[in-house]
Amino acid sequence: MSQFLDMFLIGISAASIYALMAISMVLVWRSTRVVNFAQAGMALLSAYIGYELVSRTGNFWISLPLAMILGAAFSAFIEFFLMRTLLKHSNQGPIAAIAPIIATLGLLGVIRAVIGFIWGHGDVQLEAPLSKVGYKFGDTTLFIGPMGLFVICFVVALLLVVTIVFQKTNIGLALRASAYAPEIAQLSGIRVSGIRTLGWAIAGAAGAAAGILQTVNGTGGLTPESLEFSLLLVFGFIAAVIGGLESLPGAVLGAVILGLVLAFVQIYISGTLVFIVAFILLLAVLILRPQGFLGSKAGRRA
Amino acid sequence: MLKINGLTVSHGAIRALDNVSFSVEKGGLTAVIGSNGAGKTTLMRTLSGLKSADSGSATWNDHNLLHGKPEHHVRQGVSHVSEGKSVVAQLSVEENLDLGALWRRNPAEAKKSKAEVFELFPRLHERREQQADTLSGGERQMLAISRAYMARPQLLLLDEPSLGLAPLVIEQIFQSIRHIVDSMGVTVVLVEQNAMGALRIADFGVVLNLGTIAAWGRASDLIADPAVRTAYLGF
Repeated sequence: MSQFLDMFLIGISAASIYALMAISMVLVWRSTRVVNFAQAGMALLSAYIGYELVSRTGNFWISLPLAMILGAAFSAFIEFFLMRTLLKHSNQGPIAAIAPIIATLGLLGVIRAVIGFIWGHGDVQLEAPLSKVGYKFGDTTLFIGPMGLFVICFVVALLLVVTIVFQKTNIGLALRASAYAPEIAQLSGIRVSGIRTLGWAIAGAAGAAAGILQTVNGTGGLTPESLEFSLLLVFGFIAAVIGGLESLPGAVLGAVILGLVLAFVQIYISGTLVFIVAFILLLAVLILRPQGFLGSKAGRRA
Repeated sequence: MLKINGLTVSHGAIRALDNVSFSVEKGGLTAVIGSNGAGKTTLMRTLSGLKSADSGSATWNDHNLLHGKPEHHVRQGVSHVSEGKSVVAQLSVEENLDLGALWRRNPAEAKKSKAEVFELFPRLHERREQQADTLSGGERQMLAISRAYMARPQLLLLDEPSLGLAPLVIEQIFQSIRHIVDSMGVTVVLVEQNAMGALRIADFGVVLNLGTIAAWGRASDLIADPAVRTAYLGF
């Protein structure tokens, strides 16, 4: 029983961070039809910025939202100055389909190099602001403690805010319309290019939160070549694909499925199988339900 | 008024519109007819800013239609319903309507426009919470026109609203378009393959043929013109 509970808690805490990453990939995909591999670098940069802010202010609770705002600004900057120029200049021929993806890979390398240049290539430590010792109930010690609980609650709160913004506000309506049918949004008087930048900004904030929460919830160590962040990108992407790549609720559902499946494998089978299982899950979804669990077959209209 | 002078537009090497000139007085309904590939849709897309022109000029009152993006023209009172049920399929009926009025940033005015739309198309009111892709073709077209109307346009560009609809539904849509012109004071330019139906409700007609103007005048005169009758009206 306690093993099952552990599996559930491990799965959900991993899922909460995958969900943020998946959402940021979905937002970028929906607004510009780009799979943003640089998201791993942007999240890593935000984690370093979080580290810098914590070491200057000494306060994690101020640093987290501040780093998210800076992450949003950086992401908007990338969209405005890099992606816009790129999409304008390479919009024809075979290069048009691949150029944005290659560019995000290039950007990933640039960001990692810049991080190494500023903070050095050694390990820096972003300390957890709360205890990671598991809660105790009688004889059993749960997998998560105050830190893990905070991560889950914070992500749930963020998801609620995102849902309300997208479903209930005018900006959300503009964001959805521009994603599904950019031409009709334009014809309705929406400034679609500005909305696109906003989509990237929200993605940047979600990615920043993912990066910082993953770091403090994990070992706390950061390096420019961090393998953990590459895995975060891969798992976030798989979660987004499971959900259909178009859908925000789908991304969250995909993250929960992925988190629980990987936790199950880790607890009941073997930790070494986690990656294989993640990719088998990805392939299975692509073959059996390529539009994802909550994606629409219709896709986007011009 | 809408003034188009020497408008020339190309798709790559193919010239879609060649030196097209005509004007539309404020307040009327002008039908643009012609066969497939005559340049009707290109004309509409150029006027709404979706397509750029090679040369010529097009103005609505004092506003230059050949400069700036579509969202800019909408704010100057020019709305375009593009070909093929121009609604956002994944949004509800009411969200599509709200989308049309978003840029106005005036909830009270938008509410008023929405009430007018629901009065014109009661069916949309019944289905306001349904997702747009669950609507029938006719209802979608009603929604597309209504979405454009929510922007409070002075000039409404409609591209083939009758496409793929049953005759009875076409009749209803055409009557609604006439109503928008007569009672709501909107100037409408209507592109149609259904030439006879469009000329019957229109005040003026423009006949396009391979990118140039073949005839232009009062709709009743065009219907009576033997050359237009045989070439475009089929009798």
